[in-house]
Amino acid sequence: MLQLQDIAITFNEGTPDEKKALQSIKLELKKGDFVTIIGSNGAGKSTLMNVISGNLTPDVGEISINNKQVTHLPEYKRSAFIGRVFQDPMAGTAPSMTIEENLAMAYARNKKRKLRRGVTAKRKVLFREYLETLNLGLEDRLTAKVGLLSGGERQALSLLMATFTDPDILLLDEHTAALDPSRAELITQLTYDIVEKFDLTTLMVTHNMQQALDLGNRLFMMDKGQVIFDVEGQEKQALTIEKLLHEFQRIRGEQFESDKAVLG
Amino acid sequence: MLISLFGAFESGIIYAIMALGVYLTFRVLDFPDLTVDGSFVTGAAVASIAIISGIPPIIATLMAAVAGFFAGCVTGLLHTKGKINSLLSGILMMIALYSINLRIMGQPTLPLLNETTIFKQLESIWASTGINSFFNSILGSLGMDNTPATWSILIVMIIVTIAIKLLTDYYLKTEVGLALRATGDNQKMIRSFSANTDTLIIVGVGFSNALVAFSGALIAQHGGFADVGMGIGLIIIGLASVIIGEALFGTKTIARTTLAVIGGAIVYRIVVTLALQAEFLETGDMKLITALLVIAALVAPKAIRTRREKKRRLQKRTELSRYKVEEAS
Ligand SMILES: Nc1ncnc2c1ncn2[C@@H]1O[C@H](COP(=O)(O)OP(=O)(O)O)[C@@H](O)[C@H]1O
Ligand SMILES: [Mg+2]
Repeated sequence: MLQLQDIAITFNEGTPDEKKALQSIKLELKKGDFVTIIGSNGAGKSTLMNVISGNLTPDVGEISINNKQVTHLPEYKRSAFIGRVFQDPMAGTAPSMTIEENLAMAYARNKKRKLRRGVTAKRKVLFREYLETLNLGLEDRLTAKVGLLSGGERQALSLLMATFTDPDILLLDEHTAALDPSRAELITQLTYDIVEKFDLTTLMVTHNMQQALDLGNRLFMMDKGQVIFDVEGQEKQALTIEKLLHEFQRIRGEQFESDKAVLG
Repeated sequence: MLISLFGAFESGIIYAIMALGVYLTFRVLDFPDLTVDGSFVTGAAVASIAIISGIPPIIATLMAAVAGFFAGCVTGLLHTKGKINSLLSGILMMIALYSINLRIMGQPTLPLLNETTIFKQLESIWASTGINSFFNSILGSLGMDNTPATWSILIVMIIVTIAIKLLTDYYLKTEVGLALRATGDNQKMIRSFSANTDTLIIVGVGFSNALVAFSGALIAQHGGFADVGMGIGLIIIGLASVIIGEALFGTKTIARTTLAVIGGAIVYRIVVTLALQAEFLETGDMKLITALLVIAALVAPKAIRTRREKKRRLQKRTELSRYKVEEAS
């Protein structure tokens, strides 16, 4: 489904700021895999997301999706089949446009955009149905400007917009991190439901270890631009936070960077 | 007086097309495009030269719009592919167009007085309809004896401008139009929904300047000449129209906003015309008046809101203190 071969990317090469953000990443996802990704700050998690989405081009290595080479496909073309939700709730929607207009833009992602109306009566019915699944009452506010929504509501809408066209891959980069705990919980639950419903192949970065353990069938631990730990299935189900920390120590011979990540 | 107001309304509705172009870049695309000063003249120059060389005025006017489109596309290209700051891209193009316009015209001023312009053609058809005498007899019965020479320009330009407005409204609601608006609102977001923002910006700035050049072509034919300096400061007039219109008529929906922009263009012309009637003001003061108008339109709505807010708070406070006094007694 998704294959990364020896992906490496270095920022500011040859300067004192040189940073090897990704070092020979090799991984393969099967269709329907739901991978949670943890790792300390600066481990390269966001960079990995950006390389897959096409926002960054790797220095070396190849990426293929459904056996198709996409390494040099520009971001806007790749996003026809890759859904994304960003950490910033403001990033995934257009604030001065209405809910229905935002949904119409997301709806057009895997079709050619034409000079026909974006919001039609038929589509409205569809949008309303999708919004109902969020249980936030947004279906009654189709013509409200998205900028008026709360952070949690915007993030729920972003999640819906990223997923309801059934993308091949869903990338979530700490998409609950900027929300208060109860909202974060809501978005986490929605994520679980949606991924389940569409059987989406998903990569989810989270700073919350418990969340990483609870969700998904597979887990990556990243450090210094590498995936240092990759478990799935039964083995993942059996993991606990203690075991994870222990694992990190065993591999790296040092303590996990922050205790905040444990509690978070 | 009435006649000069009529004239202000007439040219205002032609300039409104330019203002709609400015609205597309400044508001929809969030791209402060200064190409306008140049592309307006490009429109005037292309149409004038084409008319002088015998091309039918309608086709000459459309050629002007196409020329403006390409000029805008170059600005868009400089910004997206050349990674030049949007403001600078527009300024560069504006400067470059000055020379190009001079080349197109071959001389700094092209008189059109003896040429067949689109409005002269219109008038010759119009004269046989008797609409002029109809409207003028209404004015006459209202006790005005000084009546406009023709209603053709005013009425036809209202129709043309409204048609352009309606097309713009529709376009901004299409799938492509939504992506264009999102490009001005949140580029990162719309790129993650598979829209090529570079192309949208290039074509968007192109369309905007097509409208500006179209307006320039009409103004040249209306005024009877094209001049290489006729675009100087035009961007501020466009902005003035957008800002005054929005402040006066509101921005609730797109259809409302585009109508407001047209209204703003007309109001601007009328205010300038009235101001120039004052004894102590000269034609050369027009730019100063424009700048003051824009400043007023920018500052006034905020100032009014702040005052209202203050008043409300003061009222609350007095109410509260009265309540306390009553409570104490
Ligand atoms: N565009 C960039 N230019 C320079 N350095 C970058 C850039 N993006 C990320 N980095 C650096 O690469 C490293 C990995 O960053 P990132 O992938 O954002 O980490 P995280 O795992 O916290 O998401 C960090 O040290 C970061 O400072
Ligand atoms: Mg990150």
